[in-house]
Amino acid sequence: MKKIVSTCVPLPMENIDTDQIIPSRFLKATGRTNFGDGLFYDHRFASNGKPKKDFALNNPKYKGQILVAGRNFASGSSREHAAWALLDYGFKAVVSSFFADIFKNNALTNGLLPIQVSDSFLKKLFAVIDKNSKVKIAIDILKQTITIKELGESEQFPLTPYQKLCLIQGHDDISYVLSLKKDISSFEKNRKNDFSLV
Amino acid sequence: MKNEQVLSSVHPRSKLRDILAQNKPQTLFDKVWESHVVTRKKDYPDLFYIDAHLIHEVTSPQAFDGLRRRKIKVARPDRTWATADHNIPTKNQHLPIKELLSKIQVEKLTKNCDEFGIRLYGMGHPFQGIVHIIGPELGITKPGMTIVCGDSHTSTHGAFGTIAFGIGTTEVEEVFATQCILQYKPKTMKIEIKGSLGKGVVSKDIILYIISKISASGATGYFVEYTGSTIKNLSMEARMTICNMSIEMGARGGMIAPDQTTFDYIKGRLFAPKGKKWDLAVKYWKTLKTDEGAVYDKELVFDTADITPMITYGTNPGMGIKITGRIPKESDFDTESSQTSFRKAMQYMNLTPGNKLIGQPVDYVFLGSCTNSRIEDLRMVAQIVKGRKKADGVEVFVVPGSRQVEMQARKEGLDKIFAKAGFELRGPGCSACLGMNEDKIPPGKYCISTSNRNFEGRQGPDTRTFLASPITAAAAAIYGRITDVREIL
Repeated sequence: MKKIVSTCVPLPMENIDTDQIIPSRFLKATGRTNFGDGLFYDHRFASNGKPKKDFALNNPKYKGQILVAGRNFASGSSREHAAWALLDYGFKAVVSSFFADIFKNNALTNGLLPIQVSDSFLKKLFAVIDKNSKVKIAIDILKQTITIKELGESEQFPLTPYQKLCLIQGHDDISYVLSLKKDISSFEKNRKNDFSLV
Repeated sequence: MKNEQVLSSVHPRSKLRDILAQNKPQTLFDKVWESHVVTRKKDYPDLFYIDAHLIHEVTSPQAFDGLRRRKIKVARPDRTWATADHNIPTKNQHLPIKELLSKIQVEKLTKNCDEFGIRLYGMGHPFQGIVHIIGPELGITKPGMTIVCGDSHTSTHGAFGTIAFGIGTTEVEEVFATQCILQYKPKTMKIEIKGSLGKGVVSKDIILYIISKISASGATGYFVEYTGSTIKNLSMEARMTICNMSIEMGARGGMIAPDQTTFDYIKGRLFAPKGKKWDLAVKYWKTLKTDEGAVYDKELVFDTADITPMITYGTNPGMGIKITGRIPKESDFDTESSQTSFRKAMQYMNLTPGNKLIGQPVDYVFLGSCTNSRIEDLRMVAQIVKGRKKADGVEVFVVPGSRQVEMQARKEGLDKIFAKAGFELRGPGCSACLGMNEDKIPPGKYCISTSNRNFEGRQGPDTRTFLASPITAAAAAIYGRITDVREIL
């Protein structure tokens, strides 16, 4: 994956926590699939199971692979299910001005892009989507830029070189760490007397 | 203790020896972090060694599947501990779990632990309990260690001078496979708390106060060290409550330098070092403190003079006020988006901005969770309710953090005090903190809870949560409304 060009789904709310992204009752599944059904469940559906019309994901106007959310997205629990649910629903990137740490890791391990932008850029993004829901946003992983073509506005987002490599090559942390087995066993041997696990 | 003294007892080739030999002032966090770095490579995250891996039924099944797919084993089953906590019922624990999906998830854990040779303290086991309660209780958690678990409240273990943090399921698989994890070193923050605690103020109030001051994202990207005279005087249980909620201000974790209180707590526990090893361990643990002159990325100071019993009014733990205070008004927030979230929270909670919370009726009282379900918590509740009765129409769950806590409570006769007051002492588990078992709060109801999250829908769809200390929650149970516990002390 190198580029995403898509329309956006806006959620202009701050502090969208992991319990809102996927309520705990959906965490009982033991596989990695179909979590999209539980995504934002209590925002999408009333207690009688009817879709809530005013929620952006239920609004036919808004479609796309990019979710744009208010500050402090995905705080709370460590549930990777939040990232799985967003991906399973069809999102490839989440744009916000602030992400919770554990979610950021979980997203990246699964190839879901957490794009951190400035508060002012986020504000512009919400405004432009509000004006025209068909507007397309371009994300370039190599250049680490997010662009609102319509406004000709662009901003850089942070990614470490390792994160970038993983995203572009679909690289897997676990295989990489397994390749360092020698280092791990010599470390284990050397610290036998360090008392941190006596 | 001088570094040289420690050096003599440390393995000649060890990393710790190199670090101590540098003689550069270091924070407690740096000392523990650096001694666990297996490899460091420019532009890469550190390869970080994990001393203890705790697992539970919710976030582990996909990780076990991953091992099977890769055809590999758990690298260090001897450093892995499992328990079932999130799904298990708190009533009739001797019977099979009624809810099918919960039952499957718990059974899967048993099967996986069996297949991969991991010790499991499952339902019915005398050591079973909430993962963050049993770690310290069994002496698994010790100073200077690194601990991870697929659960954000792993930060609890930091109370022992441990680097402990929550991880996702892919990372659980990574630790299974290698006993290591790739991690970027977070920034450090010092939070100093000075002064003695006022009447009715307990450690839960301290942490709710701090989060209300710095917000639910105020420590994101940081690892916190709590210091100061107030922290020094707290028990281990109270310190754990504070470290537990570090994640609620976004911090990766929180830690407290070990001291005599820590050593006294650990001594004699199942996995604590014994005999000569104990002496060597304590000698090492005493070096685990921030050196004079060490630099943090950020420092904050709070004075207990301003801390009273606290309560939350909104839908994140940062939305807290003094028990006698007023809910803010929209105009108190400076950005449009924060005003919007405040408005939304008020709608969800069905509360009026600017009003007081004192006198607000509650329907449920939940005393439990990894934040406040240790024996000390139950004791302080018992002290409040002794000779009193819960208000009519209020339902009160007391859910101990572990089987051992439950047994201790029964031994001390707390169960009888609770029963007389109309409080129900149940079996151990995560329970109504997140309602993955049957213990859900019905829609629209108000629950005062000693847990850690007041998120929308956290305790069940459309439930409204007030976070508070065990004694503030107990006082609300007695009067059926939010009460200033200081009035009945």
